[in-house]
Amino acid sequence: MLDIRKPIARLGHNVIDGVWRAGTMARFFGLVLASSGTSFSRFRLVMREVYFSGVLSLIIIIVSGLFVGMVLGLQGFETLQKYGATESIGVLVALSLVRELGPVVAALLFASRAGSAITAEIGLMKTTEQLTAMDMMAVSPMARVIAPRFWAGIISMPILSLLFSAMGVFGGYIVGVVMIGVDNGAFWSQMQAAVDFRYDVLNGLVKAFVFGIAVTIIATFEGYDAPPTAEGVSGATTRTVVTSALTILALDLVLTAFMLRADH
Amino acid sequence: MERTTLDLWFGAFVTAGFVALMVLALKVGNLGAERATEVYRVEARFDNIGGLKARGPVRSAGVLVGRVQDIHFDNERFQAKVTLALDQRYKYPKDTSASILTSGLLGETYVGLEAGGDDKVLASGDRITITQSAVVLEKLIGQFLFSKAQESPAAAAPPAASAPTIPASTPAKK
Repeated sequence: MLDIRKPIARLGHNVIDGVWRAGTMARFFGLVLASSGTSFSRFRLVMREVYFSGVLSLIIIIVSGLFVGMVLGLQGFETLQKYGATESIGVLVALSLVRELGPVVAALLFASRAGSAITAEIGLMKTTEQLTAMDMMAVSPMARVIAPRFWAGIISMPILSLLFSAMGVFGGYIVGVVMIGVDNGAFWSQMQAAVDFRYDVLNGLVKAFVFGIAVTIIATFEGYDAPPTAEGVSGATTRTVVTSALTILALDLVLTAFMLRADH
Repeated sequence: MERTTLDLWFGAFVTAGFVALMVLALKVGNLGAERATEVYRVEARFDNIGGLKARGPVRSAGVLVGRVQDIHFDNERFQAKVTLALDQRYKYPKDTSASILTSGLLGETYVGLEAGGDDKVLASGDRITITQSAVVLEKLIGQFLFSKAQESPAAAAPPAASAPTIPASTPAKK
């Protein structure tokens, strides 16, 4: 006879486990904020993490931004040509980058490039009992290891998003103006007429800021919470990327809905 | 304090972010010269504003002279009340007319101002009384079809002044 209780029990276990993790993560978030004092009194700790998660992500961000902008230029030209509005290609590229693609794609790249590294590093530190050792020496791992990485993510993410958008617009310019031959003046003037600093650029920056918080909290939590085994660390790293990606996209929907409503 | 390579990298990173923000604000966005100017507000009532939106452009002779600041529905006169923020540098006569126009067939909707001949100029809080509503394409097509249907029994007769709204009503091809 088919035992139906097992799958139900597993489902219930997963749900309860999820709620439990959400609660633990919220407590972890509060704890990180509470032990952030050291990050500012010893700002060098944060700078070091900005170097590892921000500066070293520059290459991937700049190159991807350029490619995304160029693809937007090509695709946009193809469609706009049907309506005889190829000069609007600048508007299309700039608005889609500044509002959506800049923050979202930069955050996805940041999660997979820096977030996974943070998780693996913290997870391994936990596995090799470095975190416990710190605790023994009366050094709080929260203040010394977790909080600097958190603040570094918050600093890096908006900067990376801005750079991504700027490089994307440059990529669109290369394809639209240099390669296809859209008028240079019309390209920039239509873009300037359509892109508003507060509603588009600053809102994009707010998104990047929120994504930065989400990605770093997920990455540090998964590392801190990882089972102290090789398997546990690898699983935690995978979970960081998957959870971050889903969280970024879900948050993006919510933020966009709020921003568009405020716009009107 | 001694300098390290870390400081250099951090500084370069933050500077790059700042430069990107400036590029997005000034080159891509509209934070250039446009915002710094002083404005004065006038209002205008329209029967139909079509697709006009707040922050839409106000143009005169094709030049951007202001922005639509606010759009409200006036529930006493059943008209749209549009507040225009005009650049202080440009003065208009009191009998200036405002019309809702569209740039191209699919372009954005804007308010066009056409100067009158009055000696006095519009000041803040004044109202533009001569206005022209947006052209609604569906209505226009409807009127065109209606006038066509009316003239079809007397098909032999040339299309005279029976279609007042559409000046370009050429003889039917059929």
